[in-house]
Amino acid sequence: MSTIVLLLITGLGLGALYFLVASGLSLIYGLMDVLNFAHGSFLTLGAFAGWEFARRFGADSWGTFLLSLLVGAAVGAIFAVLTELLLIRKLYERLIEQVLVTVGLALATVALFEGIWGQDPIYLTAPAWMGGQTNVLGASIPNDRFLYIAAAVIVLIAIVLFLKFTRFGLIIRAGVENRSMVTALGIDVRSAFTLVFAIGGAAAGIGGVLASHYNGYVSPYIGGSLLIFAFIVTVIGGLGSLSGAAIASAVVAVLQQFANYHWGIGDLVVVLLLAAVLLLRPSGLLGSKA
Amino acid sequence: MNAPAPSDSILTVRNLSAKVAGQQVVEDVSFDVPATGVTALLGRNGVGKTSTIKGILGLIERKGELTFAGERIERLRTHKIVQRGIGYVPEDREVFSKLSVAENLRLAERTSKPRRELVDNLFPDLVERAAQKAGTLSGGQQQMLSLGRALINENRLLLVDEPTKGLAPIIVSQVADALAEAAKTVPILLVEQNLQVVRQLAEDVIVLDGGRVVYTGKAKTLLDDETLIHRFLGVSGGDSHPAPSVASATSAQEERA
Repeated sequence: MSTIVLLLITGLGLGALYFLVASGLSLIYGLMDVLNFAHGSFLTLGAFAGWEFARRFGADSWGTFLLSLLVGAAVGAIFAVLTELLLIRKLYERLIEQVLVTVGLALATVALFEGIWGQDPIYLTAPAWMGGQTNVLGASIPNDRFLYIAAAVIVLIAIVLFLKFTRFGLIIRAGVENRSMVTALGIDVRSAFTLVFAIGGAAAGIGGVLASHYNGYVSPYIGGSLLIFAFIVTVIGGLGSLSGAAIASAVVAVLQQFANYHWGIGDLVVVLLLAAVLLLRPSGLLGSKA
Repeated sequence: MNAPAPSDSILTVRNLSAKVAGQQVVEDVSFDVPATGVTALLGRNGVGKTSTIKGILGLIERKGELTFAGERIERLRTHKIVQRGIGYVPEDREVFSKLSVAENLRLAERTSKPRRELVDNLFPDLVERAAQKAGTLSGGQQQMLSLGRALINENRLLLVDEPTKGLAPIIVSQVADALAEAAKTVPILLVEQNLQVVRQLAEDVIVLDGGRVVYTGKAKTLLDDETLIHRFLGVSGGDSHPAPSVASATSAQEERA
């Protein structure tokens, strides 16, 4: 029983990180049909920005940790907005060029991060509580997992409230369904595009700071490794579906944990799940676009 | 040499050509939309009526000169054109199915003083169904919502594309009445296959064939002349719906899409 609880909660903790990356990917694809391969770079830069802030102001304090999350979110958002304005905006509805540019940006930024911070992992410290454990039904759960889950839930609720109760949210929801009709109502849908990039970048930035604590270090490659699973989660959940991304994040990560624990084949099981979903339900669990 | 626009036109279209998926669907079309009343844009199925409307709004690739209320608009982006005061009711309604009726209307509001009362009075059914998802409405209710979105702003022109398509006769009558009411305050360029509705609403007509304008004049003159109707629309005066054009297969594909 305790093993199940352990795998379940640590799986949800990992799924929380997947969701923080996948939520932006899913919203961006849903509204703009852009598959953003540079999304991992938003995460990595957010992680480095959070670490740079924390090491200057005392990495073991809660205040600094929470502020580092905000710094990561802000830097991720700014990077994402600049990417949208300077690179993506000219390439809407040009899928091949978008892929080339975002892949190129991802590669270039990793090289840039290597140049600035080096290739080696930089180990970091955190508030002492995060390194401790809490007993839940006999299972010793690392405390940081609760934090990741809480952060993902807060981000999910914030995005849902934003989409549900603001005019921009209304525009985004309508734009996901029929972009040209939104334009035909006299709405400049491009500002919604920029905003969605900002939201996605902010979530990725938070994900970057948390992922660096999950791994215990920050490195130029932290975004790339999470991005792969975030893409898988996005496809399984259904491109453009935020709730689909949330459900798929939890399912994929928990399944991965169980498969890793019992047979050591977590990644293989995830890929098989992706293949099964693509074969049986190409639009994903809750998506409308195949 | 282009013909000068009459001073009482709200919209002048000169040499409009439009493409869909690289195929020419509208070719060198020129016409004027009077500043009052309903002008019907007619033609057999697939002659480029919908593409003409979309071309005016910049929703498809096009070239030509477009002057709206004295301002050239062909270089403006779609949302800027609409913000000048053009309401659009698309073919097949295109309501946002996952949004509620109220959200569809709220999304369409361009000013802080939307004409809620007008829309509520014209379509009381929408008031009762404000919280209902638009995708669960009947075809007629969706058409009313689509019209409501266009009427909620104080526009200077409405582009209305086949508003009675696929609707039951009683709903056709309601939609026609709503358009008649709207036409008292705003000019309408109406694409319509139902000639009875055209007869009820339109003062002027423009007929397209093969992506070109083949007739312009008073609606009554055309609709009272069996020969003209048969020649330009391929139907007798008693029939509602024109036959498909053999001249523009590509345009037909686009309009179906």
